[in-house]
Amino acid sequence: MAAGQAYSEEKGGSSSLGEPEYGHDPASGGIFSSDYKRHDDLKEMLDSNKDSLKLEAMKRIVAMIARGKNASDLFPAVVKNVACKNIEVKKLVYVYLVRYAEEQQDLALLSISTFQRGLKDPNQLIRASALRVLSSIRVPIIVPIMMLAIKEAASDMSPYVRKTAAHAIPKLYSLDSDQKDQLIEVIEKLLADKTTLVAGSVVMAFEEVCPERIDLIHKNYRKLCNLLIDVEEWGQVVIINMLTRYARTQFLSPNQNESLLEDSAEKAFYGSDEEDTKDAKAEATSLVKRKPYVMDPDHRLLLRNTKPLLQSRNAAVVMAVAQLYFHLAPKAEVGVIAKALVRLLRSHSEVQYVVLQNVATMSIKRRGMFEPYLKSFYIRSTDPTQIKILKLEVLTNLANETNISTILREFQTYIRSMDKDFVAATIQAIGRCATNIGKVRDTCLNGLVQLLSNRDELVVAESVVVIKKLLQMQPAQHSEIIKHMAKLTDNIQVPMARASILWLIGEYCEHVPKIAPDVLRKMAKSFTNEEDIVKLQVINLAAKLYLTNSKQSKLLTQYVLNLAKYDQNYDIRDRARFIRQLIVPTEKSGALNKYAKKLFLAQKPAPILESSFKDRDHFQLGSLSHLLNAKAVGYQELPDWPDEAPDPSVRNVEVPEWTKCTSREKRKEKVEKPFYSDSEGESGPTESADSGEGLGSMVECQAVMPQAGHGSPSEEEEEEGVKKGKKKKQQQGRKGRGDTSSEEASASESSSSESDSGSEAQESPAEVETKRRKAGSANCFSSPPLCPAVTPPPPQPVPSSNIVSTSLVTDLEGLTLTDTSLAPALLSPAFGSVRTYELLHRMTGEGLSVEYCFSRRPFPHDPHMVAVQIQISNNTDAEVKSLRISEPKPLSGMRIQEFPEIESLAPGDTASVVMGIDFCDSTQAANFQLCTHTRHFYVSIQPPVGELMAPVFMSENEFKKEQGKLTGMSEITEKLTLLEKCRSDHAIVQQVTSAANVGRVPCGADNEYRFAAKTVTSGSLVLITLEKREGAAAQLTVNSEKMVIGTMLVKDIVQALVQ
Amino acid sequence: MIHSLFLINCSGDIFLEKHWKSVVSQSVCDYFFEAQEKAVDVENVPPVISTPHHYLISIYRDKIFFVSVIQTEVPPLFVIEFLHRVADTFQDYFGECSETSIKDNVVIVYELLEEMLDNGFPLATESNILKELIKPPTILRSVVNSITGSSNVGDTLPTGQLSNIPWRRAGVKYTNNEAYFDVIEEIDAIIDKSGSTVFAEIQGVIDSCIKLSGMPDLSLSFMNPRLLDDVSFHPCIRFKRWESERVLSFIPPDGNFRLISYRVSSQNLVAIPVYVKHMISFKENSSSGRFDVTIGPKQNMGKTVEGVVMTVHMPKAVLNMNLTSTQGNYTFDPVTKVLTWDIGKITPQKLPNLKGIVNLQSGAPKPEENPSLNIQFKIQQLAISAKTQTWMEGR
Repeated sequence: MAAGQAYSEEKGGSSSLGEPEYGHDPASGGIFSSDYKRHDDLKEMLDSNKDSLKLEAMKRIVAMIARGKNASDLFPAVVKNVACKNIEVKKLVYVYLVRYAEEQQDLALLSISTFQRGLKDPNQLIRASALRVLSSIRVPIIVPIMMLAIKEAASDMSPYVRKTAAHAIPKLYSLDSDQKDQLIEVIEKLLADKTTLVAGSVVMAFEEVCPERIDLIHKNYRKLCNLLIDVEEWGQVVIINMLTRYARTQFLSPNQNESLLEDSAEKAFYGSDEEDTKDAKAEATSLVKRKPYVMDPDHRLLLRNTKPLLQSRNAAVVMAVAQLYFHLAPKAEVGVIAKALVRLLRSHSEVQYVVLQNVATMSIKRRGMFEPYLKSFYIRSTDPTQIKILKLEVLTNLANETNISTILREFQTYIRSMDKDFVAATIQAIGRCATNIGKVRDTCLNGLVQLLSNRDELVVAESVVVIKKLLQMQPAQHSEIIKHMAKLTDNIQVPMARASILWLIGEYCEHVPKIAPDVLRKMAKSFTNEEDIVKLQVINLAAKLYLTNSKQSKLLTQYVLNLAKYDQNYDIRDRARFIRQLIVPTEKSGALNKYAKKLFLAQKPAPILESSFKDRDHFQLGSLSHLLNAKAVGYQELPDWPDEAPDPSVRNVEVPEWTKCTSREKRKEKVEKPFYSDSEGESGPTESADSGEGLGSMVECQAVMPQAGHGSPSEEEEEEGVKKGKKKKQQQGRKGRGDTSSEEASASESSSSESDSGSEAQESPAEVETKRRKAGSANCFSSPPLCPAVTPPPPQPVPSSNIVSTSLVTDLEGLTLTDTSLAPALLSPAFGSVRTYELLHRMTGEGLSVEYCFSRRPFPHDPHMVAVQIQISNNTDAEVKSLRISEPKPLSGMRIQEFPEIESLAPGDTASVVMGIDFCDSTQAANFQLCTHTRHFYVSIQPPVGELMAPVFMSENEFKKEQGKLTGMSEITEKLTLLEKCRSDHAIVQQVTSAANVGRVPCGADNEYRFAAKTVTSGSLVLITLEKREGAAAQLTVNSEKMVIGTMLVKDIVQALVQ
Repeated sequence: MIHSLFLINCSGDIFLEKHWKSVVSQSVCDYFFEAQEKAVDVENVPPVISTPHHYLISIYRDKIFFVSVIQTEVPPLFVIEFLHRVADTFQDYFGECSETSIKDNVVIVYELLEEMLDNGFPLATESNILKELIKPPTILRSVVNSITGSSNVGDTLPTGQLSNIPWRRAGVKYTNNEAYFDVIEEIDAIIDKSGSTVFAEIQGVIDSCIKLSGMPDLSLSFMNPRLLDDVSFHPCIRFKRWESERVLSFIPPDGNFRLISYRVSSQNLVAIPVYVKHMISFKENSSSGRFDVTIGPKQNMGKTVEGVVMTVHMPKAVLNMNLTSTQGNYTFDPVTKVLTWDIGKITPQKLPNLKGIVNLQSGAPKPEENPSLNIQFKIQQLAISAKTQTWMEGR
């Protein structure tokens, strides 16, 4: 805790005081003492042209990261250098990116194109490191890009790149678990890889993504066994652990026949019940079987190929092989691991700690295995206490009639140790030896009694507790010891020991009839000063004495019970009341009174002192769960042996079948490709954009990226729409949409069956929607793919209607809402269809699809916000609950007014809500999380510039007056040539108003069109003038204080009119 | 696998952190500090600590705690072994694994950690590969780099990564080809107070320094290989050849490495080369005791016993010790109650002796336990296990 404080102090700002600065430039540390200034300095260095300065800056930044200081505000400056030629700078930038990309997702996207280029580099190290970094920046938007990159890398020439691909798989999986199915395909492919370099990594990926898909291993089992010895050591550990589990499911227990004989021999010593039941089970199965056991050759192969690894220098590998042998090998062969494990005891103390834990567990089950190494577990005075206690545990487990005398002699030395915890543990261990081995019980007891005169109270107390347990086994012969212990009550203060003595005297008061009442007398005197645990035993003692010797102890008992009656502790009061009713005969006391003696003086079974490591072996040895004796997250249960061996032929690798398999795979891939090439096509522009060119292209890049990430079909429509222009879209819309929908239909059908489940549920609301639309809304004429009756019948009715309807529904919903609310539509200009954008695709949203559009209505709660209409449809077959927005991460100044939480959305239902966003008159995207009761989705809304304004009405004079004020810098003029179809008045107005939310201003001249609007946040005027010249030429003028908005608006409008 | 790594010094400052997945807050270390406080002694900090959301696996090396954060099931030894490998790498790179050396080379440390783990799974841990990727710092190189602007980071994939011998660098050239083998054997023995050996075993290692050009393929064989019944190998050694012929056959890494380590079990026990005569007693009812220890050599085949150091953990009741030694110096730390006697070389003519008075806390009962004596010594040029290396051939 103290350290934590020290740390926070340090972070609090004293950074420049005492601590040494990592900087390589000693001066800089002193001069730029405040963080703010220092960062400025770093930014300058990063912007410079010199690599050496950049490197210097990056080194200092990395030093900051290493210290845990926040360097996130340098992100834009650092990310620019991602394409730097200097390899060291580049590497450090990668380090920085991986650390901060998660926090600054948008800016991180700027670097993606560099990595995408890197993925195609001829140098395999660069390909691999590009993939490594690309997969390490945890930005959900790039999931499709990652997926693509992994797939490509998985078939790379270089095994090193393939290895990196295997490493990337769990990264992608942890980012988006929806990709599981596709990732499993990649894993399947990589598992077939024949190089040792890949094997370890892909098995690691397998374990993290799909450990349950044991069927993927069959074909590769023999190959893995044979490669094992050449795999690098870390991979060996993972592979061996996985193969252990595999073998447990595929082979028969090698010990099924022997278990009868050996266990019954061991039982003689232990005599535990549980083993009995186990034996019974084993017996039952073996009776059923009665088949001679023959080990599967594959099982043998595994055992044979892992055995040499016991001589690895890596403790983890040795441990992995040891657990494999322990869990899989026939009893006779398990012994080989003991030597290797004992060797590990010479290693670092942490290794010893883990190994001893496992040896402790093994030594209970297979005692014989470690007996020859008994002396290796002897304790050194220099061992840490935790190691000593574990060794003691092992020694106790190993004790038997032949070696007990040596062990006890060793224990005697331990008792003289200065480490008191260790001494206490030793006494316990002696107790356990005594209970387990009847022969030495008396010796142990005598030894322990001698300890009672030890000067150290802790030793005495521990001995008392252990003696109590031992005496319970044969009390009759030991009244002397009990007498001795009774004397101790005068001196010993440890509550547990006092309580133990009192219990003993009470229990065996018949053996010490003279002393017992006297002890009670003494205890009654000191009753009020005793600990609770002691008081309870005093009451017990009193009760027992009352029943056996009421003449002497009646008054004492009454006295004690009276004291207890007013005790502060309710347990004690309860006990006193209960006992009084039970033992003191009154008129009221019922039948129980007669049985009081039976109740109190019943024969009690002796406690069984057993190891805390007993039965820990149901956890896979060597695992974290075993060490903690609790199931750790992600622990894979070690399955029990099957009763019948599964078909061993699945592991046969037959060449023809194998090729068949791959050809099928290939076909599958081919089918799927179009699906992905879509998203690739979309991310195309970013790929080609060279971030090295300068800031301008970067901005562009940024604008494109968030959309590209969605990779959604509706965006395709979107782009198509932009290209073709509104009018054309209107005319050709039906055909175009029909085409895309049928394409989609086939794509969705062939790619997966995901949509199947959702489709039926989908249909009904879609129909309802269409009906509603038919019934009303004249405004809807402009929405293209309208009536299902008019739409050309799609080739696959069911799935396509599903997809068409979803887009339909959203289109319509926006409109119908406009209709029903029917607010005075003064400010709502006549524009065509409302353009919808995808917020969350059905695939990424796990069946939840969200679209949004700008309804162009004022947001009721805040006039400075843009109203965004959100349309959520639930395509899953389960109810989605508590849909809400959380953790909006707006850029500076941006505000988000969340929509009220949707409590639940039934399957197939759609809901539409309105949220408000204050974009601060910028086209930066607003990022937030869309949460359901189970998942969180990162989404972002990016407004087109035209939606950042609201129309205003003004007269021609007013317009001219305002325009006069906004000249010079605020005026942007652009010449353009109008397309044929855009020449009519109607078309021009239509195109302009659809591109921007502006209102028309009346105008005298008929070759001039004027529009006016105000930006939503700041309310600055935006005035648009379009002057038609002779022919198709025209001139567009935009006047606005906000130059950026003006420029972008010009661009948008020109695009709308020209394309 | 391994999520994050924190390096913590003895006073509890987190002086380096590295995350391979999402960032884990430093506050997770509070659980570690708690355990550390409870353990009192640094070596009693449990290596595995379970916290509500994470598991902490730590090692203690050279006064630094390496604390790794784990989120899911992983073999604990896997992590422990890896952390030790990290510490070894630092040692290899900077000559020592200390807080100052790590802080001074923080950028290289970071680059190393980045290469060693990917997403928490070990990527490159072989020192030869790492040295090709990231060159170790030397004064000369830093001067050259600052002039020429070249960097410490290699831009091609180390060839070792791709081959079946990832431990060796390619294109090694020496003008003098040489190979050295150090055989270091340790006896580890527990001797009871009457002088009889309770337990003894021999632990040996062969450390090598190989400076050979090209791709040398070496074989090493022993006179009586049967003695080596429990051996662990560097990955470069061919298991099969050892199994069948008891010959060590390998393509060595370049530079220093540990070839094998072995254990000779106690059946063929060798006499311990020194003996100790001791007289430690505490008088009843008085605050003093006597202390008298003499160390002498036993049959040692004519070799001298050197570097003898004796350490004794005295009982808590001991306040101070007034001793005189015939040879070497002694110190007694009244806080930790550790007596250290640095003797040096033992000459059979004049046996070193340390004797004097032990002052006890007045009134405290006589300490019951006898302190245990730990004695360390070295003998050069003596193979206790009687294992001899006969010939080596290289190709």
